[in-house]
Amino acid sequence: MASSRKSARNDKAGYALSLPYVIFFFLFVAYPLVFTIVLMFHRWNVVTPMEWIGLKNFERLLGDPLFFKSVGNTLRFLLIQIPLQIMVALSFAVLLNSQLRFRSFFRTLYFLPVVVSGVVVTILWQQLYSYDAGLLNRLLVGLGVSKIPWLVDPDTAMPSIALMSTWKNVGIYIILFVVGLQNIPRELYESASIDGATAMRQFFRITLPMLNPTVVVVLVLSTIGGFSLFIEPYVLTGGGPMQSTLSTVLYIYNQAFYFSHMGYAATLGFLFALVILVAVLLQKRVVETESTA
Amino acid sequence: MKQAFKYVVLIIGAIVFAYPFLWMFASSLKPELEIGGFSLWSPDFTLQNYRNVLTKIPIGRALLNSIVVSLSTTLTVIVFGSMVGYALARLKFAGNNVLYALILFTMMIPFQLTLIPQYILMVKLRLTDTYLALIAPTMMSAFSIMLFRQYFLGIPQAFIDAARIDGCSDIKILFRVIWPLSRPVVLTVSILTFMTSWNEVLWPLVVVRERSLMTMPQLVTLFTIGGEAESLLGLQLAAATLLALPIIIAYAFFQRYFIESVASSGVKG
Repeated sequence: MASSRKSARNDKAGYALSLPYVIFFFLFVAYPLVFTIVLMFHRWNVVTPMEWIGLKNFERLLGDPLFFKSVGNTLRFLLIQIPLQIMVALSFAVLLNSQLRFRSFFRTLYFLPVVVSGVVVTILWQQLYSYDAGLLNRLLVGLGVSKIPWLVDPDTAMPSIALMSTWKNVGIYIILFVVGLQNIPRELYESASIDGATAMRQFFRITLPMLNPTVVVVLVLSTIGGFSLFIEPYVLTGGGPMQSTLSTVLYIYNQAFYFSHMGYAATLGFLFALVILVAVLLQKRVVETESTA
Repeated sequence: MKQAFKYVVLIIGAIVFAYPFLWMFASSLKPELEIGGFSLWSPDFTLQNYRNVLTKIPIGRALLNSIVVSLSTTLTVIVFGSMVGYALARLKFAGNNVLYALILFTMMIPFQLTLIPQYILMVKLRLTDTYLALIAPTMMSAFSIMLFRQYFLGIPQAFIDAARIDGCSDIKILFRVIWPLSRPVVLTVSILTFMTSWNEVLWPLVVVRERSLMTMPQLVTLFTIGGEAESLLGLQLAAATLLALPIIIAYAFFQRYFIESVASSGVKG
């Protein structure tokens, strides 16, 4: 780093300024990490003393269908939400990037659900999704289509939550794609049109490849966001019907704060963190190799 | 023709994203039996739902709690974050690289891993049911430090040298020289932190059980899923509107900055 800068060494000031962070790091990062490992080998309900149980938490986890179900549910949520989000965001971003009036007005509205609390969005959508009186089903009936059992049916409950979550977060990704689109040099399109490339061809040959870095950011952000799915099922469905919307964070929360199984909950958290890390690294890898190929 | 099609799509989008909020607001003002239609108007508009929410839950107190928690968190994140960012970007000291590595490491750790042990730390420090418990784990943010560092790297050395010749200490340089030159990043970090903190609900649910200390999203969540709202739609929508209002007002004033903050954090992050 700083090769040409001729600043003198500044040990004292450096330590003084970073000391608060170092303390913070040991309290809220290092200690919890170490304590997680301790917890994984214990049974503990916070009130009575900790009890060493060796590998029992891991044995229990391997035979716990609900944990695997919750991970499956979370992955299902991601698999619906991410493609949906990218398609919707990219479409609106392309529209907002063209020469139109009121662009910033539209942008402001699309971004509105992003700033509002997930709790508000969830309470609101609970009404929209209501089977008998909800606005969405009234709309469907009005259009002559049959009602959808949004949150009532185990098959549609998680997709419904993914749809709602897309509605809430897509504004972020619209903005990111607009920025990405603006960074593509205009000359590329000009020379392509001179060569006679159609708009469709330009989109697939220029726009998409040039947007690759944005796609990586969008993928990683929405994956991390999706793995933290909690408040939506907590408020909307409590994880039901038939555990079909039980997300892993909700399951960990229940184990820790409903059943007071701290050791087991820490074990679940540890394993789930590994799943998240692997997923994010894999994504980066796949997208990056595709872009160089 | 093609332009017209684009406008139609954009307007449909605007309706999809904005209408539900208008509906929520209008419905919160309607008597219970009228809620459900598409109409945003009723001749019988009433504040009864709001009166009921105010008598059932201490939402004014929750608003105050949320303001205290979000403002304190924002303040500590920008003060400490810029201190560390400055040290990383502009100071040479032994261990600079180690510090940098610690921050990168922190950014990689998902909260799912630290949630339980952080709660236990709060129990051990006897901090549950305090403001401090709500603020402490988010009072510094590795991501914000990186944003500050990135921005400070671009500030010309001449400014710092000049201040040093005048005999300024590093703390003075940071707050008197660097901060005024760094408004965009300070604003970005403030908005992101405030918004995240205002909307946070999982951590308050974990560390606060005492009603008078609950933050607004937490209180509204428990009000809706607990029995208190008595499955009355009007009450739930009124509570949700009260929760949404402060941030929507802030957004109305600073919308450009909200959007730019998210854009810049996403691009650099």
